[in-house]
Amino acid sequence: MISKKVNTVQEAIQGIKNDMTIMFGGFGLCGIPENTIAELVKTETSNLTCISNNAGVDDFGLGLLLQKKQIKKMISSYVGENAEFERQMLSGELDVELIPQGTLAERCRSAQAGIPAFFTPAGYGTEVAEGKEVREFNGKMHIMEHAFKADFAIVKAWKGDEAGNLVFKGTARNFNSCMAGAAKITIAEVEELVPVGTLDPNQIHIPGIMVQRIFQGEKFEKRIEQRTVRQRN
Amino acid sequence: MLTKEDIAKRIAQELKDRYFVNLGIGIPTLVANYIPKGIDVEFQSENGVLGMGPFPFKGEEDADIINAGKQTITTLPGASFFDSALSFGMIRSQKVDLTILGAMEVSENGDIANWKIPGKMVKGMGGAMDLVASAENIIVAMMHVNKAGESKILKKCTLPLTGVGCVKKVVTELAVLEITPKGFKLLERAPGISVEHIIASTEADLIIEGDIPEMTID
Repeated sequence: MISKKVNTVQEAIQGIKNDMTIMFGGFGLCGIPENTIAELVKTETSNLTCISNNAGVDDFGLGLLLQKKQIKKMISSYVGENAEFERQMLSGELDVELIPQGTLAERCRSAQAGIPAFFTPAGYGTEVAEGKEVREFNGKMHIMEHAFKADFAIVKAWKGDEAGNLVFKGTARNFNSCMAGAAKITIAEVEELVPVGTLDPNQIHIPGIMVQRIFQGEKFEKRIEQRTVRQRN
Repeated sequence: MLTKEDIAKRIAQELKDRYFVNLGIGIPTLVANYIPKGIDVEFQSENGVLGMGPFPFKGEEDADIINAGKQTITTLPGASFFDSALSFGMIRSQKVDLTILGAMEVSENGDIANWKIPGKMVKGMGGAMDLVASAENIIVAMMHVNKAGESKILKKCTLPLTGVGCVKKVVTELAVLEITPKGFKLLERAPGISVEHIIASTEADLIIEGDIPEMTID
């Protein structure tokens, strides 16, 4: 077994420097690596380019890095839940690249899979297609998109082991599964770091080879963005 | 004039047995409450779940189980979770039969705009561009006119596009419209709304053939 375990979040983020490009897993606030984000907020690391489906909310998730102006550029698909984000974007302080969600996922997956580029119909005929190669396949127009190149991918899983194997829960799998192994170094924070041999190899979602550093997060708030319930009859 | 619930009820009549359906945020989400009796449909949410169920009972919310609107949900027997790449894989490969989403503008050739008002509002396209570029069947749920009373059913969209030539049907508080190769065709009118009212509320030309029936909403 090749161990990927690091003891602290501080050790996990070693080497993250100004001007780097970092992937963050999660959808909304679901499945975000909240311990690592909180630690990055404590550092002075800035000018980051962040690849993340969303930008958190004003006081949680990547919203915390935005508040401290540590982010230079966001690459996302939907940013509607964050007023500070919208302010920085409309004022020009923050560079923003909005891309279709499926394209975002596939650009991560391609990086993970060693595929340099691919064609997708998403965004054809819109401003997303501007400057991109267009080709027709099977009578339908497609645009060429490239795999992401990132320095770090930071993902969150439910369970993991010292070998770096990951298991996700529910819809918290989202982009975490596509980003693991999609950057030079992948950091995984897990709710529970279990002894090697405990996880059933049949049930592992991401094999340990995709993860370079793994640690158990100190605490998970797991904030809910839209708490919707129904009444019992 | 239809309420938002009525629009959802009318759209629910478009659901067919064994359909996999993706519902957008807003009015489309309500469609799940009005599935016609006797048919089996499964709802897909692009953040990575198939077989979505109703909202959880109070106290049973799970932060790890949400829909694309970030709402807490439950799953039904037979449900599955998957990652974002596979989720859009099943969308692009047309496993999802019907997409229902909202819009700011729709044009007579089926273009849709729903993600950006330059200089004012930028929320992003989320999964909408992938969905509209891929789905065979797209129904838009929207208000016919904006808050200023201007038509959102246009000859040509004025806002940045989400997709081109993709919308098949539009259901508004006033009418059901089909998009044909010749433009918008008026299929049904809301109870108590005249054809003249619909024409006056629509910037695009309407194809009107014979008597236009009132919608049935129950």
